[in-house]
Amino acid sequence: MPNGSNLAPINETLGNYSQLFMLLSAFVYMVAFILFALDLAKSNKTISEIDAAALKRDSEMLVGAAATSVSAPRSTKRGAPAPRADNVSENVVNDKMNYTEHSSNRNMARIALVLSWLAVAMHGFGVIARGVAAHRVPWGNMYEFLSTGALVVAVVYLVVLFFKDLRFMGSFIIGLVTLMLCGATIGFPTPLGHLVPALQSPWIVIHVSIAVFASALFSISFAMNVLQLIQHSRMNKIASGLPDKLPFMRLVPGAGALENFAYRINTIAFVMWTFTVMAGAIWAEAAWGRYWGWDPKEVWSFVIWVVYAGYLHARATGGWTGPRSAWLSIIGYGCVIFNFTIVNIFFNGLHSYAGV
Amino acid sequence: MAKNKRSAKDRGDAPALGLVGSLRWIWTQLTSMPTALFLLLLLAVAAVPGSIFPQRSMNPETVNEYLENNPVTGPWLDRFQLFDVYSSAWFSAIYILLFVSLVGCIIPRVKKHAQALRTPPPRTPSRLDRLPQYTSLPLVEGEADTPSDDEVIDDAYKVLRKRGYRVERRSDATGRSVAAERGYTREIGNLTFHISLIGVLISVAIGGAFGYSGQRVIVEGETFVNSLVSYDAFTPGTNFNPENLTPYSVKLDKFDIVFDRESKTHFGQPLDFTAHVETRRSADAEPVEEDIKVNHPLRINGADVYLVGNGYAPVVTVKDGNGDVAFSGPVVSVPQDSVYTSMMVIKAPDAKPEQLGFQGFLLPTALVDETGFGISGDPNAINPQLHLNSFAGNLGLDDGVPQNVYVLDTDNLTEVNSRNLDAGGIVLEAGQTYDLPDGKGSITFNDLKRYIAVDVNYDPSKIPIAIFAFLSLAGLAVSLFTPRRRVWVKLKNNDGQRSVEYALLARGEDPRLERESTELHNIFDSKWPLARQKQDQGEVNA
Repeated sequence: MPNGSNLAPINETLGNYSQLFMLLSAFVYMVAFILFALDLAKSNKTISEIDAAALKRDSEMLVGAAATSVSAPRSTKRGAPAPRADNVSENVVNDKMNYTEHSSNRNMARIALVLSWLAVAMHGFGVIARGVAAHRVPWGNMYEFLSTGALVVAVVYLVVLFFKDLRFMGSFIIGLVTLMLCGATIGFPTPLGHLVPALQSPWIVIHVSIAVFASALFSISFAMNVLQLIQHSRMNKIASGLPDKLPFMRLVPGAGALENFAYRINTIAFVMWTFTVMAGAIWAEAAWGRYWGWDPKEVWSFVIWVVYAGYLHARATGGWTGPRSAWLSIIGYGCVIFNFTIVNIFFNGLHSYAGV
Repeated sequence: MAKNKRSAKDRGDAPALGLVGSLRWIWTQLTSMPTALFLLLLLAVAAVPGSIFPQRSMNPETVNEYLENNPVTGPWLDRFQLFDVYSSAWFSAIYILLFVSLVGCIIPRVKKHAQALRTPPPRTPSRLDRLPQYTSLPLVEGEADTPSDDEVIDDAYKVLRKRGYRVERRSDATGRSVAAERGYTREIGNLTFHISLIGVLISVAIGGAFGYSGQRVIVEGETFVNSLVSYDAFTPGTNFNPENLTPYSVKLDKFDIVFDRESKTHFGQPLDFTAHVETRRSADAEPVEEDIKVNHPLRINGADVYLVGNGYAPVVTVKDGNGDVAFSGPVVSVPQDSVYTSMMVIKAPDAKPEQLGFQGFLLPTALVDETGFGISGDPNAINPQLHLNSFAGNLGLDDGVPQNVYVLDTDNLTEVNSRNLDAGGIVLEAGQTYDLPDGKGSITFNDLKRYIAVDVNYDPSKIPIAIFAFLSLAGLAVSLFTPRRRVWVKLKNNDGQRSVEYALLARGEDPRLERESTELHNIFDSKWPLARQKQDQGEVNA
């Protein structure tokens, strides 16, 4: 516990380096984001070429088959648009989201990945330097929540990439990280300072870190649920014979796979959020004299918890899987964002420490 | 969780359900999963207005202000209890229905799971290859380590038991097999989670009934003795008994604030508040020196004393027109900004012949701004000054209507001192005395003390809530991350070519089922000589 009378002085030089590296990393993230987007476009083109070649081969086979007058009812089906398209792109991405032998073909994505790691290294330095400069965890105001939150989102995503091929989400996630960092720098520039007495507690380490981690996971599952909805409606359209307007979505796994993966992430995030709320209650008991007082922040944390609890239950009942459960998860994430932005800035409550 | 146990009697062809039938129908509806889900989401929506409108439970002053500023909509919002959302009839109705629905869901599931815990794993399906995770492993016959039938079944039994399955050997017309099931804790975790939530709710209700909370301002040198009359405000629970207040005492020796003096950007921001107090657990206990800080409440005799506010209390003496002391003591002033510009009101109802009143500001570090107004330049008391207007007349205290001590009702008072009058305003430095015009009396600024505002809470439900909350978290994690699955291992004999078939079945979400299948394959592979060709059939189907 830092005692007010002997708080170590703030290292301003290191603080300035921290801000510089945050900016630099935002710039590198931006480049990585563009490359991830280009990768989607380019890979889409590659797949289309492979597809066209396959289609050509098929039709030649059909012509050949017709010539020898042996009709093979099964093979005629191959030329027709299949609902989940693509016997070809199945080799590029599969529904288990594992890497395949074709995965390494995406050079643009590989460069984007390297750049993302570079950005994470600089970003990580920025966050840690800020903490070191102030002799405390760098989680005391909106600028610090956003910059740390962005780092956690990026690190979680990049670590998951070791195990699963989620590069289809690269432009979304790295784009989100860029946005969060820019939001921190432009929207909430906060000079480095000591923590106010209310935040001087070991609970800040536990409560805020888990909250940031849970929010990062909610962000990733949100991205998956959005893609799931797009994929779902795209598949429905293709199944009913309409043209495929979003061909780049062939790089994205099927709606069912996305739903399941998002669910797994959401279960972990939900447990973490439960813990966040409980740790917050314990801290509130020590700081404000009550474990729960329906402060706006508490209200919205409760709303988030209940919405995601509803989401978990929805999957247990028939009729609420698929798009409906995805919508619940998206609404839940909307509440997370609302709680973090609107409630922190505009609602008058005990959590008004935004520095704005 | 959806239940559908309506008996034939209750169904359509019966002309009327009767009272019991109707009740049972309502019960079935209420405890169904869609209803629970609906109530849950409704609860989320119902909680939102509490963050939009000010709440009496948190901030009664703001509610009154809102009602004054919105004379048309305010009362209507009040009628719908939108200023008391979390104790409102509609919010309570939702969560009570939800919890009734929850109880209705839990009880049958507890019974069912108690039964399941005593039931052996289900019978082996006659055709395992119909299950989603199916593998067939042909044994190589005639090798030195080729197992006998008994050994195959024994090995499978031991392997599965070691992996946490409940196992049973089977033998029927289609052959010998091992049936296994694991993950019973999943449902135990699930039930623990839900039951603990009910525990939390009941604890909250009990805490609300037997607890109390009170507020008190303590000036340096003052002693607070825990009894009803000592509190400035007191909110008892419904079953609170004043005899339960133990007579401990808290004396404020000194209150220290540390301000940031190094940072350019945060200069003057408070860094630490410490109240040095002397406590006695009972009337004749030894005094103990203790500190109260923002994140470190004083835990005393089961109650908790929290530091929630602070400010300056100038000590003043007011003498009346007759030269008698009409008021003497510290006056609690209310800080308005970060440099502790503090509003203060002094009432001297004992003053004769006219009652005297003062209102104005304390400036801890008085400076004069370019327009000639006094302002405070620092939160510390470097050059404290009182800037006051004085009034004489009737304070309005005599008719017994309770008044806000921080507000001076000037309706029946005549202004004696102010910037607008010839006499001017009163400016006092520490130790100075000012004589009111026309011999109406005098005021002396004797000393400057600090005060603290404390909340005293007694909530007997804290410990049970913490226990239930921990149990629910543990239950939740177990129920979400423990896979419940069944495995059957079967020995097949096709004209002397034996093969081991096994199949896995997930009950509920189980993304790792395939991995478990692979792991079992690897274990069996290390135990028995297996022919290579016919493996992995099932995984293509998966």
